[in-house]
Amino acid sequence: MTTTEAAPKPAPVPEGSRTVTLKIQRFNPEVDDAPHFETYDVPALPTDRVLNLLFYVKNYLDGSFAFRRSCAHGVCGSDAMRINGVNRLACKVLMKDMFAANGKQTTLTIEPIKGLPLEKDLYVDMEPFFEAYRAIKPYLMTYGNDPTRERIQSAADRARFDDTTKCILCACCTTSCPVYWSEGSYFGPAAIVNAHRFIFDSRDEGAEERLDILNDVEGVWRCRTTFNCTDACPRGIQVTKAIQEVKRALLFKRT
Amino acid sequence: MATSEVTTAGSGGRARKKAGTLYRGDIGMWSWVAHRITGVATFLFLFVHVLDTALVRVSPNTYDSVIDTYKTPLVNLMELGLVAAVLYHALNGIRVMLVDFWSKGAKYQRPMLWAIIVIWVVVLIPSAYFMLRHNVEKIFGA
Repeated sequence: MTTTEAAPKPAPVPEGSRTVTLKIQRFNPEVDDAPHFETYDVPALPTDRVLNLLFYVKNYLDGSFAFRRSCAHGVCGSDAMRINGVNRLACKVLMKDMFAANGKQTTLTIEPIKGLPLEKDLYVDMEPFFEAYRAIKPYLMTYGNDPTRERIQSAADRARFDDTTKCILCACCTTSCPVYWSEGSYFGPAAIVNAHRFIFDSRDEGAEERLDILNDVEGVWRCRTTFNCTDACPRGIQVTKAIQEVKRALLFKRT
Repeated sequence: MATSEVTTAGSGGRARKKAGTLYRGDIGMWSWVAHRITGVATFLFLFVHVLDTALVRVSPNTYDSVIDTYKTPLVNLMELGLVAAVLYHALNGIRVMLVDFWSKGAKYQRPMLWAIIVIWVVVLIPSAYFMLRHNVEKIFGA
């Protein structure tokens, strides 16, 4: 046993990095009454993603900092959060696009996504989001006997719903929707996008059933076309367009 | 390499109160907010308007005296505000209908918004000139 305690290793500062101020909303349900902001100065390389900076905070500055991430490459959709006031995936926002011009101090505001129950720091309870997703029956529905071979689909029929197949269920769109913030019972853009994916699939036979579900007061008619969802989607899905197509299907295609 | 930034890098946990910031939504969100505000403002005007017009049923003199109280520069400005509100609400209403019923509406929502703002300003400038001219001359002299 030595009498002098080993000083903690200083946090590394990579060459060519700039100091960036992260203003992060923190909330520990066991201690805090309400969420508050804390600021951290961290070094950032132009090639860093915002996610790298969050890990810098967690690994070197405050291990109690909690956030979700899984693949870290824009595929799993776990790290949706509000970055400078808009919903983004932390793993898809490159720091070189975030640096302030003329070498001024860069400040990033990081908050959890809005409209879902806050659990800790950037964690929210995703259950209401997935509940709406399950409600629109996001799976192939067919009736009658299964074909002996595969279900044939033309390229044009496949292209009809191609845009909405890209959804990764990150909740960026649903939690950017002003209607969803105030009406938690609204299905939300993500559920409608995934309904669209099957409604316009020529192999699927459950379109009527899904349209009935979305014809509800809490369905597509809640949409006020603010286009926040289209702006927020990290996959570039034309979310509002998809919702409008479902609305028009309800208006014109039914007998 | 250790630079002068080392001292600042790694300083953490300066607590600051206040939580929650405004969502910086798409321009379409702000057009929707403006649509709501102009809609409610127009409704409130119509409410007052129905009441003051109904005064004619009480007596034409009462009606005249109430209308006389409107002839102030402040009400004149409010009238211009009403024209601005109704005009925006009407133009944006057309845009929203196109987004709803035109298959390319969602794609062109932003150009359509800029277009209605241009039309709004272009129509509002001559309206402001003709509506405010009388009162401006009265206050500042012809």
